[in-house]
Amino acid sequence: MKHEVFEKNSIILLVGILIVVSIGGLFQIAPLFWIDSTIEKVKGMRPYTPLEQAGRDIYIREGCYNCHSQMVRTLRDEVERYGHYSLAAESMYDHPFQWGSKRTGPDLARVGGKYSDQWHVEHLHNPRSVVPESIMPSYPWLLTRRVDPTDVEARLKTLRKVGVPYSDEMIASVRTDIAAQVNPDSRPARELLKRYPKARVAKFDGQAGVPATEMDALIAYLQVLGQLVDFATFDAAGPNLR
Amino acid sequence: MADTREGLEAFGDVLAVMVAGIFTLVGAIWFFGSSDPAMSFHGLLMMVGSAIAGIYILTVAFKEKAARAIGSYEPPEGYFDGPIKVTVVAAVIWGIAGFLVGVVLALQLAFPALNFDLPWISFGRLRPLHTSAVIFAFGGNVLIGTSFYVVQRTCHARLAGRWAPWFVVWGYQLFIAIAGTGYLLGITQAKEYAEPEWYADLFLTIIWVTYLLVFLGTIWRRKEPHIYVANWFYLAFIVTIAMLHLVNNAALPVSFTSPASYVLWSGVQDAMTQWWYGHNAVGFFLTAGFLGIMYYFIPKRVERPVYSYRLSIVHFWTLIFIYIWAGPHHLHYTALPEWAQTLGMTFSIMLWMPSWGGMINGLMTLSGAWDKLRTDAVVRLLVVSVAFYGMSTFEGPLMSIKAVNSLSHYTDWTIGHVHSGALGWVAMVSFGAIYCLVPWLWNRKGLYSMRLVEWHFWISTLGILLYITAMWVSGITQGLMWRAYDSLGFLQYSFIETVEAMHPYYVIRAIGGILFLTGALIMAYNVWRTIRGDEPVDIAEQPRVAAAPGLRLQPAE
Repeated sequence: MKHEVFEKNSIILLVGILIVVSIGGLFQIAPLFWIDSTIEKVKGMRPYTPLEQAGRDIYIREGCYNCHSQMVRTLRDEVERYGHYSLAAESMYDHPFQWGSKRTGPDLARVGGKYSDQWHVEHLHNPRSVVPESIMPSYPWLLTRRVDPTDVEARLKTLRKVGVPYSDEMIASVRTDIAAQVNPDSRPARELLKRYPKARVAKFDGQAGVPATEMDALIAYLQVLGQLVDFATFDAAGPNLR
Repeated sequence: MADTREGLEAFGDVLAVMVAGIFTLVGAIWFFGSSDPAMSFHGLLMMVGSAIAGIYILTVAFKEKAARAIGSYEPPEGYFDGPIKVTVVAAVIWGIAGFLVGVVLALQLAFPALNFDLPWISFGRLRPLHTSAVIFAFGGNVLIGTSFYVVQRTCHARLAGRWAPWFVVWGYQLFIAIAGTGYLLGITQAKEYAEPEWYADLFLTIIWVTYLLVFLGTIWRRKEPHIYVANWFYLAFIVTIAMLHLVNNAALPVSFTSPASYVLWSGVQDAMTQWWYGHNAVGFFLTAGFLGIMYYFIPKRVERPVYSYRLSIVHFWTLIFIYIWAGPHHLHYTALPEWAQTLGMTFSIMLWMPSWGGMINGLMTLSGAWDKLRTDAVVRLLVVSVAFYGMSTFEGPLMSIKAVNSLSHYTDWTIGHVHSGALGWVAMVSFGAIYCLVPWLWNRKGLYSMRLVEWHFWISTLGILLYITAMWVSGITQGLMWRAYDSLGFLQYSFIETVEAMHPYYVIRAIGGILFLTGALIMAYNVWRTIRGDEPVDIAEQPRVAAAPGLRLQPAE
């Protein structure tokens, strides 16, 4: 076939281009939706609590992904520094994923439980107060801004539509769950924990009697990162071999 | 015949006014209806911009009608260069804005106090502004402008559409304003190089489809039987970016008046889709499109034909086929299945060949005209850009090898690699094209000053070298420190020690960026003086192709 065919017919050239550039994506992306072993079978994964999800949206808004990855690679030094390598299952409810591409700061995939809430408050308020050499920006505005429960409710409903398995009960109790997560030892908090096991309930920002702030939300999110999958029951060599 | 044309133009005017009206209405809904102040602000921008456009179209239409009535109307003839002039000026302005934000970011990394504890200029919000400003605002305007120029000249046809090219050009500027201010106000979907939210994405989709139609429509009017090679690359760039944009940004808005949305894909599938998009934003926006510039502007400027027609064909099809597979090299050793990583690495290494095929085709076009490297600084910008292209397309495949990537990934080495491509290749070839286009479009005898082009070339080259060498050293240092073990088998360095070690390189990088920005300011001055019509100060040192086509002296027999 002479190449002239493409050079003299713009539509044939256009169709030719479309076919040639479609192949790679069809082979690399499409199978990830049907090959079963793409996402490991694990125990413990659940959707984020309303407060955690609100924190995640703040993480996104402030562009944390520009400097922090959430993906521990299968390399010896990373596993020793950060913990068990990340599984695909751990981000299965993440719209969008936040694996990142740059570590100006450390990986955060397993930062949950590593530091106290108070450390996070100090650190987000002024990173150099706890890590003098840090080059992270300060986020003082998080302490004063409130989480808007109406907005969070609308967002969770949207997340359910794109596939996150929020139950009717979870959606119905968004508002009480936001308040409950910053109100430890209360009855609503116990109900929250039934819906969302392993959620951390605390006065994250240390401000008592105040509705949830953005600081509460962001710390609730950071404290759950890497905490959900039960690695005691995870068998990497089992049905998850890929 | 005249009636048909008149009828078509009237139809076009009505359509254009209707489109402007619809956008004004949509803008008004967002302005009055959104509870998010940032989205209301974007609604206001959209409403005011579209209303001005609509009123302008009506004024022009009525003026022409009046002129027709008294028989003094002259239909536009020849090439349609107005929209191209807008993109050239916009590229210079956005380029400087983007480089300036880059310098601020570089300084913030060296001196964190420069974040000033303000949300709008903290690093995380400013960084997408930098990447989008240089890639989409600077690069995008250069691509739209040069493609409109090249397609008209190589097809011997006037740009298709009466209002459509203006819509593409001004609509694109409005999109940039909405996307850029959105980042500062915290509106982002946090997908790298695809940060604009759903409403900006939809607006861009409409602009992009119009762009494709204008480009194709011009090709359909061509008086040449063959479509020139530069247009193949532009066409591949336009349609592939459309495909990538649609798939990667498929998202469900929270509501019509909420700026937030959630992407349909999650976790590992979203990661793969994102880097299929992300790497091909490099492959098709920053490579294929700019190769279109190479294939037109280098032969034109050195007055030699493209080195090899056959190599162009092989270059084109292999490049676009292989590039699209390279995305997974951004996800080595992650939770992406290993088969996908291996495919990504394999194709990335294969990509070296078409990349260098293209480089050879560009460089060898200088056969018999190598002296122009010495005598014409614009040629030097164009050719050195192709050399940087060759260097970064060698470095890229190297970094895609898993063993190398385990060291380089997540470090500044990647940042250095991107900038050797973005500053060395994309920006240098754009500068070369801008220096060609300004006298050609504004009908001048030459550039205001060729010596200032020399200054621009050397200052920015020095800036690039400082930048990429600093990033090589910091990236490799940090990668090695992360994996260093002491004699007892413990990790030797805490993370913060590796951050501290970066400081001197971050300062050097900022100096490199300042030099590069200075070069761009020199260009802006030179372009401004040329557009203003100032007499060139060194016309004797400029080649005859520096002049607009109508003002060139014929070569002596």
